[in-house]
Formats: sequence, C-alpha cells, structure tokens
Amino acid sequence: MALYSETVMDHFLHPRNVGVIEDADGVGEVGNAKCGDIMKMYLKIENGIIVDVKFETFGCASAIASSSMATEMIKGKPVVEAMLLTNKAVAEALDGLPAHKMHCSVLAEEAIQAALEDYERRKAE
Amino acid sequence: MQIYADNAATTKMSDAAITAMTDCMQSFWGNPSSLYTIGQVAKEKLEEARGEIARIINAEPREILFTSGGSEADNQALLSAAMIGKKKGRTHIISSMFEHHAILHTLQKLEKNGFTMTYLPVHENGIVRIEELEDAITEDTCLVTIMTANNEIGTIQPITQIGELCRKRGVIFHTDAVQAVGHLPIDVKAQSIDMLSASAHKFHGPKGVGFLYVKKGIVLSSLIEGGAQERGKRAGTENLPGILSMTAALKEAVAGMEAHNVHQKQVRDHLIQGLSEIPHSALNGDAVSRLSGNVNFSFEGIEGESLLILLDQKGISASSGSACTSGALDPSHVLLAIGRIHDVAHGSLRLSIGEEITMEEADYIIEAVKEVVAYLRSFSPVWRDLMAGKKEFILK
Ligand SMILES: Cc1ncc(COP(=O)(O)O)c(C=O)c1O
Ligand SMILES: [Zn+2]
Repeated sequence: MALYSETVMDHFLHPRNVGVIEDADGVGEVGNAKCGDIMKMYLKIENGIIVDVKFETFGCASAIASSSMATEMIKGKPVVEAMLLTNKAVAEALDGLPAHKMHCSVLAEEAIQAALEDYERRKAE
Repeated sequence: MQIYADNAATTKMSDAAITAMTDCMQSFWGNPSSLYTIGQVAKEKLEEARGEIARIINAEPREILFTSGGSEADNQALLSAAMIGKKKGRTHIISSMFEHHAILHTLQKLEKNGFTMTYLPVHENGIVRIEELEDAITEDTCLVTIMTANNEIGTIQPITQIGELCRKRGVIFHTDAVQAVGHLPIDVKAQSIDMLSASAHKFHGPKGVGFLYVKKGIVLSSLIEGGAQERGKRAGTENLPGILSMTAALKEAVAGMEAHNVHQKQVRDHLIQGLSEIPHSALNGDAVSRLSGNVNFSFEGIEGESLLILLDQKGISASSGSACTSGALDPSHVLLAIGRIHDVAHGSLRLSIGEEITMEEADYIIEAVKEVVAYLRSFSPVWRDLMAGKKEFILK
C-alpha cells in the first residue's frame, strides 16, 4: 500500500499550472508557516471566465497535488462555477487523500475562494 | 541507487541476528519455565543471553529485564521510579524537553497523578546543561530521566556527569539509551546509571524486543501481571527468538562499533559539509557531540514531507520533523526545543546513515537533496517572499 493514490503522486510529481501570473486579476494566499502549508493562487479572468490560473505552494505532497488538481478543475470555467469548488471534490478527483491529509486539500478550496474575492474586490473598485 | 538513510527509525536485521532467531525457532523452542530438558535448554539460552547483555554494558545478569522494546522499558522505568518516590513522599521528576514520546507521554500520565515535572531546556546545540540540572534537583526529586542520544538530531548528552550528580544527590537516574546502545560505549557502573532502556531494532536486531537495565536494589513495578517470568516483574512467556536474536545483534554491533563510528563520522561530516552549501540551510544540533550516523538539516522555504517523497523517488529513504509527515499540526517538538521556529522546523531532513554507507552514496545524497530543495523552492510562495525581501531569512 502506498501512502498516496497514483493520481496524487502524478499531480505531486508533475504539478500542472505551476508559477505566477504577473498581471493577475485576482490573487489569494492562505495558510501559514505555523501549520506547514501555504498556498497562493493567481487568476486571469476574462468575461467571467477563468482563462488562466497558476499556483505556488509551500507544503506537503497532498497540498501540492491538491493545488494542482484544483487549478485544473477551474481552468476555463466560469467564475460562478469555480466559486462552488469544494475540497471534497478536489480530494475525490485525486482518488482520495489519507484522512489526516484532508486538511491540506481545504487550503486549495480556500486559496481559490480568496483569489476570487480579491477579483471581486478589484472589480468593485 | 537505493540508499536507506533512516537507521534511527529502524535498522535492517543482521545475518547473525536472523540466524540466531531461526536457530532458536528450530532448536530451542521450549518454554523456559518448563522443567523437562527441552524447557531447560531454552532457559539456559535465555540466561546466557542475559549474561551477554549484562557483560556488554557492565551490569550483573540479574539487573537485565527483557521487554517488548524501548517504549515498554521506558514506561516501566519511569512508573517504577515514581512509585518508589511516592513511597518516600518525593514526587518531583526532572527530564528534558526533547525526550522520546515514550518518556514524555508517561511523564504526562504521572503529572495527572500528582507528580510535578521540570523539563530542562536543551538549548540551541541540543544538549542539557549540567548546572541547570544541578539547580533543578530538590529534596522532593525522585527521578531524573534524560536520554543518552536524541533520536532526531543525534546529540549526545553528558551522561556520566548527570549520573555522578544524581548519585551524589541520591536521585534515581534513568536514561533512554535506545539510540545509543550498540553505537556508543555504555558502562552503567562507570557512568553511574541506575536504569537504562534499549531496543533491539536500532542495532540490527528484531523489532518488538528490548531490555531494561535496573540497578540492584531498585524495586520495579510490573506493567504486565501474570506468570513469574523475569523475576515476577514482567509476566508472559519469554520472546526467546527475539531475545537471542537481539543478543547476537548487539554482540556484533559492539564488536564493530569503533570501526563503524570512525567510518560513519567521516561520511557524516562529508554530508554536513555538502548540505551546508545549500543557501539558507542549517545543521540542527551540535556538530561534534553527535551520533556518528546522524545528519539533521533545516532548509528554509520548503516543507519536509514533499522533500522526503521526492527523495524516495530518487531511491533515498529519509525522515523529517515536519508536521505533515506525522499528520500532526505541530512540527517536531525536538526542533522546537532547540529553538527552530515553525517556519524552518517544517523544512527539516534527517538522514541517519548506517555502517554500510559509502562516500559515493553520500555524494549522491548531497546532489539529490540540492536538486530537490531547489525544485521545491522554485514554486514556494514562502521562498518567493524571502527572495523578494518581503520576509526576513531565519537561516542566514
Ligand atoms: C529514543 C527512543 N526511545 C524509545 C523508542 C521506542 O522504542 P521501541 O520502538 O522499541 O518501542 C525509540 C524508537 O523509536 C527511540 O528512538
Ligand atoms: Zn499537508
């Protein structure tokens, strides 16, 4: 028995959408060094569609794989849909995470929410 | 390349240990408590083993109690010493902040039962200070328990000085020597040790067997009630295959100890030198008063679990004090105790090498760690902030 599913290992070893978007429309950072996982999401949004997304993560394999999977799940999707992304859906898409690692996937959901809130805030200004 | 660098977690059994175990299973399978010949042959083997172990640490055979490992030995030692203290009306115990959980959790249990604790600081170098121990001992102190060598950072404690001080002050001294037995010379008489715990699987013996040394005159309380085995202090038919195997492993470990230490020290220092070249990294614990097999580093801007999994992909088995490796929320209490704040405690790597390690393997490890750390930093938001000057480096 391996610690992680093949999908988790795939996303951890070959993370998708890694990096930064310099002219992002929304940026969200969650977590802190105390708990050991920090995630930063960058969104590029056009006409209510997430046309590009990049992430940076300091954290364990679950955190990195969750970030990667979450970016894939929202890329090309309308903002309204991305807002509904849950950590459960991310974990399921990864074919499950060990129980004590679920909290690492929460950060992916929260980072996307934070980036979307930042986008809404900027739009309102 | 496959390199096992987690010998502090467990070691591979030696051929001698495996042979001793299977020999026992085939030829000495009787119950040592039975009075017919088959039983008495087993009994003889058991007592021979006790004699060997006693000789190796300079104790008397009757002072050796076989247990199921280090944890049981630790539990029994502390609970027994606490009982003795309580009978004399002494309920203060001194330990250190970075003991193994087998010690810390037992102490917490005693704390709930009215004992008071002093946990000595271990400072940045990971070593307790004898003056601080001296100041901490009171009329009420019944036990001092300080490990011989730390399991995470490998720092070696001044055991002889501690033993002498405790002897002078009339306090029982226990040491968790699980990481030291088979790796460092131990002489319970010369070092004034009253109780000592050891575990076979840390010196190429089997898992699930260990021993507790208890100086004559100290009365043990038993954790397991039942038959009269182990002088009535540890019920249950003896794990003879494990005990004979442990004894064979220890004899071999002690015979090779000096040579192993010379070699491992050389490789260890080469690793430390090589890993120090990684910017914003630091060795955890004293560089000199340290087990020859232990290297422990913190790397700023990365998290330990992902480091371990990437090293595993390169064939290297190692360990980390990161919270995410254990599922806990806090990183290793050992790294926090030596003053590494959370941010860098999460990014730690422990390499515990064995005598079979080669310089070529050490070079391979150095290159692999350099590569993986650089890769993880390349998409770490923490590293970005540090490099952009938005945050200050902790490890210069
Ligand atoms: C310092 C120390 N004490 C106690 C133990 C527990 O030993 P065992 O696994 O034999 O119960 C260990 C091993 O993990 C250890 O490193
Ligand atoms: Zn995590």
